[in-house]
Amino acid sequence: MTQVIIMLAVGLIAGIAGAILGLGGGIIITPVLTLAMGINIKYAIGASIIAVIATSSGATIAYLRDNVLNLRVAMFLEIFTTIGAILGAILNGILSPVVLYLIFGLLLIYSGYNMIRKLRAGSEILQRVHPDPIAEKLELNSSYYDKAADKTVDYQVEHVPAGATVMFGAGIASGLLGIGSGAFKVMALDTFMKMPLKPSTSTSNLMMGVTAAASATVYFFNGSIQPLIAVPLALGILVGATMGSRIMQILPSRWIRIIFVPIIFYIGLQMFLKGFGVNI
Amino acid sequence: MDNKDAKNAEEEKISKEMAQVEIMIGQILRIGVIISAVIMLIGFIAYGIQGSTGLPSHGAVTITAIATGLLSFKSGSVMMLGLFCLILTPVLRVVVSIYAFYVEKDSLYVWITSAVLVILLFALFIGHS
Repeated sequence: MTQVIIMLAVGLIAGIAGAILGLGGGIIITPVLTLAMGINIKYAIGASIIAVIATSSGATIAYLRDNVLNLRVAMFLEIFTTIGAILGAILNGILSPVVLYLIFGLLLIYSGYNMIRKLRAGSEILQRVHPDPIAEKLELNSSYYDKAADKTVDYQVEHVPAGATVMFGAGIASGLLGIGSGAFKVMALDTFMKMPLKPSTSTSNLMMGVTAAASATVYFFNGSIQPLIAVPLALGILVGATMGSRIMQILPSRWIRIIFVPIIFYIGLQMFLKGFGVNI
Repeated sequence: MDNKDAKNAEEEKISKEMAQVEIMIGQILRIGVIISAVIMLIGFIAYGIQGSTGLPSHGAVTITAIATGLLSFKSGSVMMLGLFCLILTPVLRVVVSIYAFYVEKDSLYVWITSAVLVILLFALFIGHS
């Protein structure tokens, strides 16, 4: 019974944080399950995959009409992520994960640095004189209604090939390393494609659910998903993510970025060190 | 002048229609998530009553094992069914997005989103075999 209450509570917190930041909540859930509760890593990964989907779907149903996420960006990039995820699963055992850990660790640290620069610069540049031709052709430029600022924000999307490449790599990483990769998705959208933070996190939220669904059946049928762990966690997360999605809309983007910076540095450093075989 | 008014009215009609479609899609997704949550909750309450899941504690999971468990209302099988429905909710999202782009008459994105669905179904198939 205590375990159930802990799972519900962990789920609730992970759901709120995950929906606000566009992350799968793996960084909260995996350590709690393995370190604090002594659950086998195999089951922790299975629970983590379910957590990603629950966060994504819970955030989805908070509003009947979601005016923040960019559905075109999500679906276009999802092609690269899902193909990457399948490739990663196939290459498992052939490709060395060390290189991936180092590359993505460094990219996340760079992304964290970039976020600090954006915080220092104050306002964000959302309109360029010369719009990106690929983004124009794919109709990726959009606008969203910012509840905190009480205004509609128009924005343009840039560097589509770079974003697609990072998404492809993120797909490989999630297939190969079994990680949710929400941090990579926010990085590709925010750092590389210059989307504003709120559309970035909510688009990442949608995408990570779809990517996780691609690999979830593997975990479902190989017995990694334990119903007694995954079910209370998922129920807590569904409630938490619905709340988080509403909180995200009223939070100023700047605050979200301030919460994001230490987390992205932590994940980046953790991955980089893992490349050298050091676990933190 | 009349021509312009007619055009505006037409555009307004399309955007109204789009809004209705978006709300309908939102409701479909909400129902999908609620159904999986309710199944999980039922399984979980049943576990509280039955005291065991009725599933082997480790090893691979088969559709037959879950189906057999469902027939005799074993809590573990009901929970697994709920989790499986939850896994399918992002797939549902992709399917309804294809419809949304179709209503918007955005054929490029009908194709792109269909491609995502095909890749996803392929991945689901690999996962099972």
